[in-house]
Amino acid sequence: MFTVEFSNPACQDVREVGGKAAGLAEMTAAGLPVAPGFAVTAAAYRRYLDEAGLRPFTAGVLAGLGTEVNQAAFDDAERTVVKRLGQVPLPEEIAAPIRDAYAQLCRDAGVADVAVAVRSSATAEDSVGASFAGEFETWVDIAGAENVVAYVHKCYVSVFAGRVLSYLAEKRIDPNAIEMAVVIQKTVRARSAGVMFTLSPTSGDRSKIVLEASWGLGLSVVGGEVTPDRFVVEKIGLDIAESSPGYKHIEYRRGDAPQEVAEERRLMLCLTDDEVTALAGMGKRLEKIHNSPQDIEFAVDEELPDGNNLILLQCRPETVWSNAVRKPVFDASAGMMSWITGSISGNPATSATDAAGVHNHSHQH
Amino acid sequence: MSHETTRFPFFHETKTLEGAKGWESMYPYYLVPSEETREHEDAQFWFADTMHWSRGCHPFDSIGAEAVYFGAGAFSTRIFALPVSLGLDVRVVNGYVYISPLAVTDPERIQERVAVFQERAGYYYANWDELYGKWKSKMEGAVDSLRTIEFPRLTEYDPAEVVTEARGRSSAMAVIENYHRLIDEFFSIWQYHFEFLNLGYGGYITFFQFCKQAFPLISEQSISRMVAGVDVLAFRPDDELRKLAALSHELDLNAIITSKGAPEAILAALAESTNGRTWLAAFEEAKDPWFNYFAEYGFTHDQETWASDLSIPLQGISRYAVKIAAGEDISRPIGRLRDERDEIVDEYRALLTADEAQQFDELLGLARKVFPYIEEHNIYVEHWSHNVFWDKARELGAFLVDAGFLTEAEDMFYLNRFELDTVLADVVQSWAIGVPARGVSRWNTEIKRRKPIVAALQAASAPPAYGIPPQQVTDPFAVMNYGVTTDRVNDWLGASDSDGNSFNGIPGSLGVVEGPVRVLRSEKDLPLLQPGEILVAPITAPSWAAAFSVATGVITDIGGMMCHAAIVCREYGIPAVVGTGFATARLKTGQRVRIDGKAGTVVVLDTADADGAAERDAVPAPAVR
Repeated sequence: MFTVEFSNPACQDVREVGGKAAGLAEMTAAGLPVAPGFAVTAAAYRRYLDEAGLRPFTAGVLAGLGTEVNQAAFDDAERTVVKRLGQVPLPEEIAAPIRDAYAQLCRDAGVADVAVAVRSSATAEDSVGASFAGEFETWVDIAGAENVVAYVHKCYVSVFAGRVLSYLAEKRIDPNAIEMAVVIQKTVRARSAGVMFTLSPTSGDRSKIVLEASWGLGLSVVGGEVTPDRFVVEKIGLDIAESSPGYKHIEYRRGDAPQEVAEERRLMLCLTDDEVTALAGMGKRLEKIHNSPQDIEFAVDEELPDGNNLILLQCRPETVWSNAVRKPVFDASAGMMSWITGSISGNPATSATDAAGVHNHSHQH
Repeated sequence: MSHETTRFPFFHETKTLEGAKGWESMYPYYLVPSEETREHEDAQFWFADTMHWSRGCHPFDSIGAEAVYFGAGAFSTRIFALPVSLGLDVRVVNGYVYISPLAVTDPERIQERVAVFQERAGYYYANWDELYGKWKSKMEGAVDSLRTIEFPRLTEYDPAEVVTEARGRSSAMAVIENYHRLIDEFFSIWQYHFEFLNLGYGGYITFFQFCKQAFPLISEQSISRMVAGVDVLAFRPDDELRKLAALSHELDLNAIITSKGAPEAILAALAESTNGRTWLAAFEEAKDPWFNYFAEYGFTHDQETWASDLSIPLQGISRYAVKIAAGEDISRPIGRLRDERDEIVDEYRALLTADEAQQFDELLGLARKVFPYIEEHNIYVEHWSHNVFWDKARELGAFLVDAGFLTEAEDMFYLNRFELDTVLADVVQSWAIGVPARGVSRWNTEIKRRKPIVAALQAASAPPAYGIPPQQVTDPFAVMNYGVTTDRVNDWLGASDSDGNSFNGIPGSLGVVEGPVRVLRSEKDLPLLQPGEILVAPITAPSWAAAFSVATGVITDIGGMMCHAAIVCREYGIPAVVGTGFATARLKTGQRVRIDGKAGTVVVLDTADADGAAERDAVPAPAVR
């Protein structure tokens, strides 16, 4: 099976569709609002590498890299592989089901040549803790069956990008083990979009949900091109604890190039309180489903009516604070009287988590 | 602005208020700043305790400042040996009470005190429920004992019983003895007040610290919501008003209850119908003890209780009745509130690791064990005991009028407790030998001199602080109870620089609201409060709950997250910014402000002319550099 729709339970198999697609399928199954689409499976990627001796070829190039982290060598490898893969298009055996699935998506959306986002959804054995943070490409506003097939091919090639190889080397992940599944998803007409963590990324506080959002597509937020609006929501009770407007001077209406935001909208909050609360509620549900803090991308679709316009784009486990070892606040062996003594003497317990001081926590996509 | 060069004025730099010259002589010498203690005073940081004394105090009323800080000090310093805190030093300046946390800094001494503290406090924590049960009996006994105090009239001849019971001493001895009992028992009650208080705060603060570490951004409101009781004594007086409002609705008496008449007229109108009499019976039933309740905290003799000014509870009942008539449900569903609290706790707990959850459970258990004391003790001490204490003090005033010493009972409060002791000695000894008391003219002249002084002191607001502020306010009790935090102190220091368009306080209760303010100096002004107004007062008093249901927000001068009033405000869901230091001096009735109960900010939106009635002279607190 080379393609599988989000609504198909088979799409929740993370080994076959990658974390991104599996997350979307899980959200779909949970009744959460997700833009419709399908995944091109890891099986399709494996089938592609079976073409024209690509697997032994790429393995050979990768073997030539040795064990050292050498950016120049990675970049050389990229050039070599890109050239070769560029000469090998997707076989019809893969391209045909992609065209069919895309045609179905167009029918479901009621739009001919519906615009889609093509996003990598990499998977690899033994890489549970790796996020592939922002390493692989995402393209939005791709329209037409042949374009979709072409961008899936681009996605495959991106596995061998120099920076990806460098990331994998650092994470000690074998590039041969990477299998590139691809998400094809209806492009959202985003009035606003952003990122939500179901904990405070700066303090690790799990009782907070933090959202950052800007006008247009989420690219400007993820890419750090604007100072987004920031919302802090109480996970318990879903009260908005903080809304601070950012300075949002550009927005991506389409995937290609940003455009200027009118002066009077730059400081205006791009989400309403109701939207913030509803999104946080979805984040809370997702955290419960996955039983761990989540890192979620969302958008507000301007083509959809209020109350029905929130779209979740992706959901993945938060990795930095979630992987930190958490110790109880007080020294358990010291006992209650010692805790009380410290507290009333102005020297409460020492830091609660080994991850304290992690400040460079960034959203991963 | 650097901390080395920025401070508040020293006591000796403060100017005597116009008309208040000689105020120092009205109070016991040790409550007044002096040359002998100047070095110590200049080295300390003093903040105004307007939470307890929201107005300049009469000489007699300064007894509270003695009793409170004697009790606090003894328990912190000598009984439980809090490792780094020696209680609070106290001074009266321009009639206002100022306090200063005293810290232990010597590491060796702290170590020694840790050992004493752990042993002694450990005993109380281990036996908390039993000891708290004993405390309640002790307090009930203390209130009953106060009630037995009387000041028998001095008659031409001592009563016959002196002879028939062969008492062997004059009944006049009872006057002296009972005066001493009044004073001593008041001091004892204030010792009892602190028997559990610091340990209670200690238990709560430990849970608080746990939450702050486990959830670095958790709000103080969220923490206290997990701990707060849902059917503690503190809510009873207000619950009685709700019940009476519901009964009024049921008996179809709202037309009378919500009429704007004087209490006497309302009660008389009710007495004319069967339903009205049914309601009056319930009203009488509720009065004792629930109306023995000060609109503030009863630290001054001239505060009304609900019982002494029935317009206060009637107004509250009327407000609730209006809400019921409008179809609002004003009941406090205990079961649902408890379920909500448990749900919040479960949700926070679910975010913790197993090890963390174990500590969370232990500390929540501790906090909930100690919290009822924090919530309930005011009823016993500040409301019930003070109520009897001031009643007895007024009886003593009446005795002095009867004895021909004073012309008005109220005049008694212009003398401090030691002066009164000498007056009573004069009165009974002169009576015994049949001569006029020797100090009638002397003291009445003094009282006449003091009246305008007290009036001048009361016409001014208190500057929030004196002396050198610490770089960091660490005293947990100053922070938790009084809301005196490092930020607050810096705000006070910056007050004279700021544009006056915004100031900060402690987030007291969630919510953002905009509206005109109503500055109220005392509960007597409560009827002025109009629906939609933001209430501004020196302190938030729990007994104002019914008024809070009319106000859209609350701003106070003093108070922290844990002051009893803030606890009740949150319970009733009223947005509040507390501990602003000088809101009553800064704001004028009619001005529009926006308050954010989450951030603790107050923004002045316009500078409308003040309503002259509520205006007072403000004494600003210029920062000295």
